[in-house]
Amino acid sequence: MMGSENADGFEETNLNATKEDMENLDLGVDGDDDPLKKSDVNGDTSNSGYRSAMSTLSNVRDPLSPPPTVMIPADSDPLLAPSSYEDFRSSFSSKPISSDNSYIEPPSYADVIFSPFDENSDSEINGADDSSLHSQFSDSLSRSPSSSSSDYIKITVSNPQKEQETSNSIVGGNTYITYQITTRTNLPDFGGPSEFSVRRRFRDVVTLADRLAESYRGFCIPPRPDKSVVESQVMQKQEFVEQRRIALEKYLRRLSAHPVIRNSDELKVFLQVQGKLPLPMSTDVASRMLDGAVKLPKQLFGEGGASAVPVHEVVQPARGGRDLLRLFKELRQSVSNDWGGSKPPVVEEDKEFLEKKEKMHDLEQQIINASQQAESLVKAQQDMGETMGELGLAFIKLTKFENEEAAYNSQRTRANDMKNLATAAVKASRFYRELNSQTVKHLDTLHEYLGMMMAVQGAFADRSSALLTVQTLLSELPSLQTRVEKLEAASSKVFGGDKSRIRKIEELKETIKVTEDAKNVAIREYERIKENNRSEVERLDRERRADFMNMMKGFVVNQVGYAEKMGNVWAKVAEETSQYDREKQSS
Amino acid sequence: MESTTEQPRNISGSMQSPRSPSSQPYLSVSVTDPVKLGNGVQAYISYRVITKTNLPEYQGPEKIVIRRYSDFVWLRDRLFEKYKGIFIPPLPEKSAVEKFRFSAEFIEMRRAALDIFVNRIALHPELQQSEDLRTFLQADEETMDRFRFQETGIFKKPADLMQMFRDVQSKVSDAVLGKEKPVEETTADYEKLKHYIFELENHLAEAQKHAYRLVKRHRELGQSLLDFGKAVKLLGACEGEPTGKAFSDLGTKSELLSIKLQKEAQQVLMNFEEPLKDYVRYVQSIKATIAERGTAFKQHCELAETTKLKEINLDKLMLTRSDKVGEAEIEYREIKAESEEATRRFERIVKRMEEEIVRFQEQKTEEMGVAFHQFAKGQARLANSVADAWRSLLPKLEASSTV
Repeated sequence: MMGSENADGFEETNLNATKEDMENLDLGVDGDDDPLKKSDVNGDTSNSGYRSAMSTLSNVRDPLSPPPTVMIPADSDPLLAPSSYEDFRSSFSSKPISSDNSYIEPPSYADVIFSPFDENSDSEINGADDSSLHSQFSDSLSRSPSSSSSDYIKITVSNPQKEQETSNSIVGGNTYITYQITTRTNLPDFGGPSEFSVRRRFRDVVTLADRLAESYRGFCIPPRPDKSVVESQVMQKQEFVEQRRIALEKYLRRLSAHPVIRNSDELKVFLQVQGKLPLPMSTDVASRMLDGAVKLPKQLFGEGGASAVPVHEVVQPARGGRDLLRLFKELRQSVSNDWGGSKPPVVEEDKEFLEKKEKMHDLEQQIINASQQAESLVKAQQDMGETMGELGLAFIKLTKFENEEAAYNSQRTRANDMKNLATAAVKASRFYRELNSQTVKHLDTLHEYLGMMMAVQGAFADRSSALLTVQTLLSELPSLQTRVEKLEAASSKVFGGDKSRIRKIEELKETIKVTEDAKNVAIREYERIKENNRSEVERLDRERRADFMNMMKGFVVNQVGYAEKMGNVWAKVAEETSQYDREKQSS
Repeated sequence: MESTTEQPRNISGSMQSPRSPSSQPYLSVSVTDPVKLGNGVQAYISYRVITKTNLPEYQGPEKIVIRRYSDFVWLRDRLFEKYKGIFIPPLPEKSAVEKFRFSAEFIEMRRAALDIFVNRIALHPELQQSEDLRTFLQADEETMDRFRFQETGIFKKPADLMQMFRDVQSKVSDAVLGKEKPVEETTADYEKLKHYIFELENHLAEAQKHAYRLVKRHRELGQSLLDFGKAVKLLGACEGEPTGKAFSDLGTKSELLSIKLQKEAQQVLMNFEEPLKDYVRYVQSIKATIAERGTAFKQHCELAETTKLKEINLDKLMLTRSDKVGEAEIEYREIKAESEEATRRFERIVKRMEEEIVRFQEQKTEEMGVAFHQFAKGQARLANSVADAWRSLLPKLEASSTV
């Protein structure tokens, strides 16, 4: 009997015991079984929390079989690919059955599907030569860029370490985690082929994200990983650190996949400059409020004329409380917009924009829905595989039992029949598991694009806030003008001129000029952002469609291949038990 | 539902083609047409039992009667009482969760199980001769009701049988006779058999549990494919071509496969899980027979002891020329006759069980073989459907995938 058995019988087949048993299974002399026998069975360990199951699945590596990079080209080097696929293929190809199988016409996908696909291998943005599944997540986003085919940039995040803030207090500073960020690239911007590393902490990543958001308004910038609101104790836990490491890696890879952002100074600096990150940090709210309170009068009235706040600062959105008073102004403006107070000057384009926005929103909803159903599907496949495996195991035990206790030949025959069934069930179970880990990778594209939808929202928000700035400035001009006129009228009535009023008028006129300039800058900025929006959305649509097509293809090919394998396995059993075929009896 | 009882069977139990000469004796039964009768709490299902036979003991070539579940129970109990040592075919479980008692699935499963039950009896060389079987197959409903009411409560319920069995197993010495050693068979072979039956039940129960879960998994996978298909179609509606169409096709295939999965779930339930459950029930029936054997053995031992004692007593009385001799002699003869009867009963059980075990093993190998074969075929068919469905999408996907 199996070693895991205990005297209490089989009330509950402990899942872990099941796996050990399955690993130790002697599935008989069938030569096909060997590679399957040894493969790591412990991939899908977690039963709790489906999401964790999914990420666990995605991290499974079957130690025996070569990296399952079958759908995603392992390398642009064609020599490398076939040999690993050969191994992979041969470990699974069953004997003549697949070619004899009358259900499918040759060539069957059980053999063909693991041949290298060409759709992306020429134009890898991120070279994916390591077998880490993390890289394959973002590789599934890779598509043919307009740049030359040999460009690559590959970022790895690793080696989390605890560090301590230097502090003057007796208590000592906070501890925080830093990560090693290694870049391998041949982009000329980084100084030709090179590899380099820096250490960064999460706060640096926030800074990077904020600076990019400022510099690349209107662009669909991949969203950064969330700040986590957890206790510092949790922050130190390995699981949290690991999750964050993965998230950071994904984020940086997405950034470097973006054709414009990959060339940004901010990113370059982040990836290359040793030591402290030389980007202005996002400051806290309190000081920003003060900033804002001080700045706004300067913005509007200038300080001694010449040292007026440069207009380009005006066109920065009133971000994060930095220019608090300006924020209030724009808020008032947007409210008056909503109430139909003063109509926004650019109505026409807005319609198209609004339509697009609506469409994007719909799309986002559907992607959310589809990705939820994809999760359900993956769970169902996983469960099927598990139960199939447990069934096989139960029959293995029965087989051994009958063989040991056999007093009649009919028992031995039955034991043999059971063994065939059990073997097939265990194989099918493994196939389900592999199928599923592949399915997870493919359908993860849906999750990836949820992130991208957020980026689109960000881009649209940039546009809206730029428009708001324009409108705010536009609406100010008439009122300023009116005041000037009133003052002029009043002043003209005073004999010999009204010195104070005249001075006022001049100040106002100066303000009008500044505002006018600001308005022009704002309009240019708005147009620029609109253009960014447009090209980004177009690029995104294109890439998304390509990625979705690839996703579908990968998903489908996978399903076909594994269904064929399973079909073969069961057909074999059907044949082995063909003497019991009652439908054929015609005597 | 396809029934294996379509073919008439001859008495020896092998299947015959319909074209065999009608002079060959045959007895064929089918349980069909479940109909819900009565109202509320008293509602029950009735079945049509159709008997086709040319046996002289039966009335005419065909007879149709209406029976309900408790009639089948009556038959089983009668046979159990009369044919000790024979493994009486098991019945499907009596009670079900109230909610499902009248669900189509449950009714069908029960009907199929009852059909198999009656046919196994009709095929069994000894059981098929039973008068109770004839009553069951032929008596009008009133008579049947009367019979059924008479027997209620007289025969032991399964719970009692289990208790008897436990007594046998527990090796508790018999307090009444003051015996020290347990009154139980201890032959190695029989011990082995008992152990085998016990262990077998555990193994089978586990396999059946997983088989049942597998049915559920099929249904769940089917449902998730349906939901996935719908979601993907909606997503496709948001996208331009060719992605939109690809999503739409993908969704359609997914929905199609969902249907196939539900169908396969049903097949696995009827053709794989149910046979396993039946196997478990059969083993439980064997355990009941083992209990009977234990009782018979005990009686045989006790009466043999008592007879010996009576004999010794009689000899003593004869030596002392007591006038109680006559009385003692009568008692002795009576006890001896009883003892011999008990021994005969016990030995008949032993003999029957020997034959039954062989029969059981063969029957189970055959039935399991059929179940495995159907399961494997079903899974292969399903896998091929899945492969075909997805494969049909590939030409379009491959054509438009290069960007």
